[in-house]
Amino acid sequence: MKVIKEKHSFLMRWTHWVNFPILAIMIWSGLLIYWADDEYKIEIAGKTYFHFFPDGFYNLLHIPQRLAEGMAFHFLFMWFFVINGLIYILYTVLSGQWRELLPQKKSFKEAWLVLLHDLHIRKSAPPQDKYNAAQRIAYTAIIVMGAGSVFTGLSIYKPVQFHTLTWLCGGYHAARIEHFILTIGYVLFFVIHIIQVILAGWSNFRSVISGFEVVNEPKSQFVESLPGENKDGE
Amino acid sequence: MSRKANLLNHYPERIKMENKPEKKTKVAITTEQKIKRRDFISFGVFGVLSVAAYKGWRLLYTSPNEVAGVTAGVRAPLRRALNKTELAFRRVFSNKNLVKTYPKEMAAKNVRHNSDIGSKGAETSGGVIQVIKNNGESQNITLDQIKALKKTEIVYDFKCVEGWDQIQYWGGLKFTDFVEHFGLTDQAKLAYVGMMTPDKGYYVGLDMDSAMHPQTILAYEMNGQPLPLKHGAPLRLIIPVKYGIKNIKRIGSIYFSNTRPRDYWAENGYDYYSGL
Repeated sequence: MKVIKEKHSFLMRWTHWVNFPILAIMIWSGLLIYWADDEYKIEIAGKTYFHFFPDGFYNLLHIPQRLAEGMAFHFLFMWFFVINGLIYILYTVLSGQWRELLPQKKSFKEAWLVLLHDLHIRKSAPPQDKYNAAQRIAYTAIIVMGAGSVFTGLSIYKPVQFHTLTWLCGGYHAARIEHFILTIGYVLFFVIHIIQVILAGWSNFRSVISGFEVVNEPKSQFVESLPGENKDGE
Repeated sequence: MSRKANLLNHYPERIKMENKPEKKTKVAITTEQKIKRRDFISFGVFGVLSVAAYKGWRLLYTSPNEVAGVTAGVRAPLRRALNKTELAFRRVFSNKNLVKTYPKEMAAKNVRHNSDIGSKGAETSGGVIQVIKNNGESQNITLDQIKALKKTEIVYDFKCVEGWDQIQYWGGLKFTDFVEHFGLTDQAKLAYVGMMTPDKGYYVGLDMDSAMHPQTILAYEMNGQPLPLKHGAPLRLIIPVKYGIKNIKRIGSIYFSNTRPRDYWAENGYDYYSGL
């Protein structure tokens, strides 16, 4: 029997979908800024393996020569990013939803089992509530990363006024690198997130828009409510 | 007659159907309807809001540039946002917040050089700086007069709007000492100070708070040596609470006003404030 099961609250869905375009604009405008001094590369023992970013990539996205424009967009949408993030965090804390979100002690062990299950190496997945162990870790990490982007961003944006923050980030130069790495992190998260959403299927995707999932309850409610019935089962 | 009979005939059957323990079918249909209804509303609202968000973005993206004035080159709504953001961050500005300083040994020997805009006729300026008060009065101050005053040195991380930074070592006259010594205290009560190269090719506007920050220097030395031409000889501005674009080289004139003075990069799409 099909049953509607409430899953995601309105505020969770709202902040999720508002964040998506805002973060996309922040990453894009960040690229316009980064281009002006694109010094980061993956270098091992003097050999360069990847340069962020190749010219072809810049040209494809029309990135070059747009620093001022990038800054203007970045410093407008940063407000929306922060406000939306604060709404989500406040809601999660006040509603008690953090209990469903934050990793538990067992989550770190279970996350491996989830991974093995997702890779079809292990048949069963550990029992879960709203989020499984791997989701708890990933979704908490992305919120921490969001806060990290705000703090490293402020450290670069106003390094004299927020000198303590800049110092905590390990200095101006380090803060810019951290800000960049966090952004790469979002892109990697996004790729895995999309794959997982596709694999999880329609009902899961719908739940982030409609708020509910449809579950098949094998027994009818009538049987379940009989007193003393499930004593035998236990 | 027959119609009535028909109804009567069917009536008991309908009762019978509802009383049957096949409740399941009916409940399933309503759940199904509920799902459909909620999906319709949610996806409808989601779709409408997505289109609205996209339209809003296009509206912003294709909005015309601001009317060129003291600032120019940015989409009008984005310039408004930059100015509003400036006001918000001016509230956290304090002269007590100092830029981090480093030991001299850490200063770069090869000081990065980015631009020569406004360098025409630099050699012929002869080290005379024209100071113009907001009432039009002006006085000429020579480099020797400036050098005769107490020298202040700073080794700090110079930050370019492009993203690079470099630890550099500068020496010169503190701007607050300059104001005090040349009788400009009343002028420093105005909102802005502007500076321009002798060829008028480069110019900056600074809010007075930033100019009067204790680490703002009119520099004539770099790495303990006289300022090289390409780094702004005879006199340049070192203002650590601003990006490099505000650190004007080859100062020819300094002027005070209550309105924003012209600013080279603010006319080219950059934030007027550009504060750190």
